[in-house]
Amino acid sequence: MYILEIQHLNKSYGNTKALNEIDLHIPSGMIFGILGPNGAGKTTLIRIINQIIDKDSGNILFKGQPLQRKHIGHIGYLPEERGLYKKMKVWDQLVYFARLKGLSASDANKKVNQWLDKMEITHWKQKRIDDLSKGMAQKVQFISAVIHEPELIILDEPFSGFDPVNAEVIKNEILALKERGATLLLSTHRMESVEQLCDEIAMFNKSEKILSGRLSDIKNQFRNNEFEISIQAQYEKEIPHTWKLIAGGPEKTFLVSLENQTTNELLEAAMQLGQIKGFKEILPSMEQIFIQQVKTHSNG
Amino acid sequence: MDKIWLVIKREYLSRVQKKSFLLATILTPLIFPAIMGFFLWIALDDLERPMLSIIEVVDENNLFFIESSEQYAFSFSKTPLEEAKRMVREGERFGLLHIPAQDLSKPNGITFFSEKTPSMGLITFIENSLKRRIEEQRMYKAGLDPEILSAYRTKVHIQTVNLDISGQEKISDATVNYALGFFSGILIYIFIFVYGNQIMQGVIEEKSSRIIEILVSSIKPFQLMVGKIIGIGAVGLTQFLIWIVLLSTVSAFIMGYLGMNMPQQELLIAANSEFTQDLSPNSDWMQALQVIQDINFVQLILTFIFYFIGGYLLYGALFAAIGAAVDSPSEAQQFMLPITIPLLIAYMGLFIFVLDDPNSNPSFWLSIIPFTSPIGMMGRASYGIPLFDLLLSMGLLVTGFLFSTWVASKIYRIGILIHGTKVNYKTIWKWLKSE
Repeated sequence: MYILEIQHLNKSYGNTKALNEIDLHIPSGMIFGILGPNGAGKTTLIRIINQIIDKDSGNILFKGQPLQRKHIGHIGYLPEERGLYKKMKVWDQLVYFARLKGLSASDANKKVNQWLDKMEITHWKQKRIDDLSKGMAQKVQFISAVIHEPELIILDEPFSGFDPVNAEVIKNEILALKERGATLLLSTHRMESVEQLCDEIAMFNKSEKILSGRLSDIKNQFRNNEFEISIQAQYEKEIPHTWKLIAGGPEKTFLVSLENQTTNELLEAAMQLGQIKGFKEILPSMEQIFIQQVKTHSNG
Repeated sequence: MDKIWLVIKREYLSRVQKKSFLLATILTPLIFPAIMGFFLWIALDDLERPMLSIIEVVDENNLFFIESSEQYAFSFSKTPLEEAKRMVREGERFGLLHIPAQDLSKPNGITFFSEKTPSMGLITFIENSLKRRIEEQRMYKAGLDPEILSAYRTKVHIQTVNLDISGQEKISDATVNYALGFFSGILIYIFIFVYGNQIMQGVIEEKSSRIIEILVSSIKPFQLMVGKIIGIGAVGLTQFLIWIVLLSTVSAFIMGYLGMNMPQQELLIAANSEFTQDLSPNSDWMQALQVIQDINFVQLILTFIFYFIGGYLLYGALFAAIGAAVDSPSEAQQFMLPITIPLLIAYMGLFIFVLDDPNSNPSFWLSIIPFTSPIGMMGRASYGIPLFDLLLSMGLLVTGFLFSTWVASKIYRIGILIHGTKVNYKTIWKWLKSE
C-alpha cells in the first residue's frame, strides 16, 4: 500500500518552474529518499505535502484519500531550517507543538515525558531553549517532529547541523521509527548520507524527477562491472596493464574492469598471480549515478 | 478554532509570565503619580518655610503702594536708584522695582531688577497692583469714584446646557470633556503603537528563527496570525486593567495624604488674580463636578473599549503583515509609513479639530474614517455622540479591520516563507494580487 501517491504535480513561482509533472509513489513502512542538489525542487515538494504552500496542479493522495487539512496530524515534519522559541521552556514548547498537531492535553503531556526520557534529556525539561547546548536543542527539535507519532515523517536534510554523536542518535531513531511501521521521507543534497538508510529513492534535478526506484535495483542498473581484487603476489607474472593498482604493499589491491570476460575468467587470471585475498564488485555511489544521469538528461 | 485558542494562550502566557511584564506593569503607573507627588512635596515644603524676600521699590512718582505678602515684603524707603541696585547686587534685597516718573495714560519704563529671575506669579502680582493703582488715579482725575464703580462691577457667567431629544438637559463643560477625550485618545494611540510593535516583533521572531515552518505545517497561517494578534491584545488589556486598579489606588492614597494641604495652595494662586470671587457655590469647580456626574460613564467606557479593541485589531493586522514581509526589525522601518501617517493624522486631528470643536466637519470625518476613528472618536465621546455617527463609525471600523486583516493575511502567508530577499512595495503588491 502507498502512503503517498503524487501524480502530475506542478508548481511555479512566477516564471520559475519549481516542480514539473512529478509522479511519485511512496510505499508504507519504508525509508524513502529524495535526492538532488539545492534548487532541484525538494523543499517545494515537501512544503506542498505539508500543506504549507499550494500546488498549481496535480493530485496528491494520502493513504488513498486526496490530501487534506485533517491529514496534518498524521504527518511529522523536521524542516531544513530549524528553530525553537528561545525563551520558552523545553516542556512547554514540546507540549505546544504536540497540541498544535491535534493531541489532547493529557496525551501531549504523556508523549512529551516519554520522548524526553528516551532522548535522555528529562532533567532539562524546565530549562529554556536558550540554556541548552546545540546538540540538546537539536534533540528537542527532532522530538517536536515525531511527538504525535505520525505515520509519515518528513525529514528535510535530517543530518545537517547535527554533530556526529547526535547524528548517530537520530539515525538510530529513524530506524526505530521504521521498525514501528512509520514511513520516513528523507530529503537531502548530500547523497552519501542517506545511502545506507534508504530503501527507495527518487532523484530530482532542475524541478524534474530524473530517476526513482529501489536503491538496490538502481545500483544494479547502473553497475559498470568493476571489481576490486586483492592478491598476495607470489608468482613472477606480469600484471595486465588494464588493472589499476589502488593499494600497494605485499598485498596488492587492483580495480579491474570486466570488459568482455566473465567473473570466472577474471578470477582465473588473478589466480595466476598469487593468493586471492579478496574479490568484490564495486557498485557506483549515488553521487556518481546522479552525475551520470544529469549528463545523459542534458545531452538527451 | 482549538488551534487559534492554543496560539492565543501561548502568546498571552509567554508574555504575562515574564518578570519584565510584571515590572513594567507595576512601575509604569507608579512613575507619574510619583513624579507628581515629588513636585507637590517640594512645593509644599517651600510653603511651610517661606523665606521672606525684600523688594526695594524706587518710585519717582511717590504714588504707588504694593501690599506685602508672606513671601515678599515691599520696602518704600526712598533709596536712590544706584544705592538700591547695589543692595540687590550684594544680596541685601531680593529685587528692585524701579518706577520712573510716569504719564499715567501711557505707563512705561517700569523695570524690575533682580539677581535671580523672578517668578511669573510675582511679576503678575506687581503688574496687577500697579494697574489697579493707575486706574484708580485716572478715575479720580476724571471725577469718578472708584468705590462706586466697583459697586457696579458685575460678573456674568454663561452656563452651557445640551438639550437632547428625550428632553434631558445636561450641563456641559468643555474642560472636563477635553480632558477625557485627550486621555482616552492618547491611550489608544499609545496602545496601538506599543502592542502593534509587539505583534511585529513576534512575527519577525518566528520568521527569523524558522519556527514558522513547523508552525504552518500544523496550523493555517491565518489562524496563527489571528491568534497572535488576539493573544497580544489580551496582554495589553490585562496590563491596562492592572493599571486602572493601581492608578486609582495610588492616586487616592496620594490625594488623601496631600489633600489637606491642597486648598491653601489654591488660595494662594487665587489671591494673585481676579477670580477670587469664583470660589462661590456656583464656581467652575462645582460645575465641573456637575458635568462629571452628567457624563454617561458606562457608555463612555464601552465606547472606549470598542475603539480600543477595534483600532488595535485594524492596525495589529498591518503590523503582522509588515513583520512577515521583513527579516529583521531594522528592515521594517521602510514599511512603517502607511501605519505612522494615519495614526499621526488622527493624533494631530484630535488636538487641532476634534477637541476644539467636536461637531465640526473635520471632526466628523476624523471620527468616521476607520484609520483615524479610534483616536478621533474618543475626542468626541465624552460630549455625547449622535447615534447615527456612532453606528456609522463603528460599522466602518469593523469593516475596516476585516479588510485590513484580509489584506494582511495575504501578505503574511507568503511573506513568512520568504527569506533573504529584499522585499519592497512592488513585491508586496504582487503578493496581494496572487491567488
